Amino acid sequence: MSATAVVTEAGTRAWPVPLSQSRTVAKLHSVTKRYGQTTALDDFSLELRAGEVVALLGPNGAGKTTAVRLLLGLISAKQGSVRVLGRDPRDADARTRIGAMLQVSRVPEMLRVREHIDLFRSYYPDPLPVAEVIRIARLEGIAEQMFGKLSGGQKQRVLFGLALCGNPDLIFLDEPTVGMDIESRRALWDQIRSLSAAGKTVLLTTHYLEEADMLANRIVVINKGRLLCEGTPAEIKHRVSGRRIRCITQLDAEFLATLPSVVDVQQDREAVVILAEQPEKVVREMLLRDETLHGLEVSAAALEDAFLALTSEPGQAKA
Amino acid sequence: MATNGIAIPVPRALSLGYYARIFRKETQYEFVRMLRTRAFSLSVVGFPVMFYLLFGSSNRHNMFARYLMPSYSCMGVVSACLFGIGMGIALERAQGWLDLKQASPMPRFAYLTAKTISCAAFALVIVAILVALGVTIGGVTLTAGEALKLAGVVLAGSLPFTAMGLLVALLVPPNAGPGVINLIYLPMSFASGFWMPVDYLPHWLQVITPALPTYHLAQLALHIFGYAQPGSMLIHWEALAGFTLLMLGAAWIIFTRSEAKA
Repeated sequence: MSATAVVTEAGTRAWPVPLSQSRTVAKLHSVTKRYGQTTALDDFSLELRAGEVVALLGPNGAGKTTAVRLLLGLISAKQGSVRVLGRDPRDADARTRIGAMLQVSRVPEMLRVREHIDLFRSYYPDPLPVAEVIRIARLEGIAEQMFGKLSGGQKQRVLFGLALCGNPDLIFLDEPTVGMDIESRRALWDQIRSLSAAGKTVLLTTHYLEEADMLANRIVVINKGRLLCEGTPAEIKHRVSGRRIRCITQLDAEFLATLPSVVDVQQDREAVVILAEQPEKVVREMLLRDETLHGLEVSAAALEDAFLALTSEPGQAKA
Repeated sequence: MATNGIAIPVPRALSLGYYARIFRKETQYEFVRMLRTRAFSLSVVGFPVMFYLLFGSSNRHNMFARYLMPSYSCMGVVSACLFGIGMGIALERAQGWLDLKQASPMPRFAYLTAKTISCAAFALVIVAILVALGVTIGGVTLTAGEALKLAGVVLAGSLPFTAMGLLVALLVPPNAGPGVINLIYLPMSFASGFWMPVDYLPHWLQVITPALPTYHLAQLALHIFGYAQPGSMLIHWEALAGFTLLMLGAAWIIFTRSEAKA
């Protein structure tokens, strides 16, 4: 053990990641994936180490789902390599230790929740007991119901339960809380935390920075198929030190974007929201050019703004 | 040996029992699901039964009551396979459910087998009901041997139409599925003698009839009751076998192409 630690330390001196001595359980290595003209992933690399919860954060169409589908062996890439638990993800042997929650638009509705669980358990050599799945996914009281009769949040919980049926070591959750109300979302967060506490490795995709912040040890921000940045939630939030300017002005967005230190310009109903590193300079310039400007507010950037800034201006955000 | 049980889980060879359990559960739940999906079960079982009640009872004790029993059985198996397999797989594929199953260690073969067996089971239910109606309402007399032979032909017929359903599932967009399948299946069943003997059909239709797989299936089923057109039955078996291979081959090519693109 100690010998390994020494080697690791020597080999990665300039690599201050605390979990680096952990075993890599899944890896995408400089993968490029194209669908016709569109590039879903562009020279993208991702590594999951044993026991960590990684959030893949990005807006819709960023390539998050493509990354998950590659790791599950549902699609393959011509460029780059994909390894999961030391194997090709298409290998059935690797799949017996993986659980997945995907974005499924419809699940066979005429099976009861318990029947769905019973069926998925049969796919795995060492499944969790039915009662255990029901308990972890909080399906008490709806186990005997037909899937089609469930509410949106309940359906997501069943899909979460199905991902756990095989007692997996590695779990992929693709937008697990989409369509859930606040309460179910928080409950699912608790369940994901308890998976992490049980030593499972979790990759979750989300477009909520808050969710990534709440759950992950490490956040990987992705947009247009490219890695923007990665780090602990605290590191990601500190990437943007800018502030948020909100006002009603006649100046157009294109012009505002050219002002010094502006990172992002968004229209919010009748007002415009500007994210800038040096708000004083921007406000001075705007007041000079537009006498009708009113409703001015300057505040600290919220998490969502920080995320917007990261994804909209990769060049500046990286620097 | 005993220590293996407590040791850290090591990837181990999956046993035969594990696979047997997957096949059993997959088939069991597929059949239950189809049965509970009334849009499927009622139409697939209901149509041949309803038509037999109409035309079988009105032709009591004459040739048609006896003729329609095997021919509607063929209609049952064809619609069960085209709708069950074709629509079933197309929908599950489009809705992302198939992805979730594929991400699990379940072998693809189990999925296909479960669907095929379930459709064949539906076909057998249809045969049983039609034979029962034939004997009671239609006044048909038949031996147990004839009934078993009919069941056998229908079971064999589930294979070519499962293969066709598979191709349909890969080719047809799911929301167009029911329309396209009806467009294939209704004219084909009419032109193949499911509703009346082929000799009664317009001459131009009789020319294309031998090109239809449904015709060959119908001839095999009708042969049991002495209504087949003269000639060797072997050619019909060969035609169905050839059709099955053609459908599976085409499905395989399309599937591997889409896999390569993915």
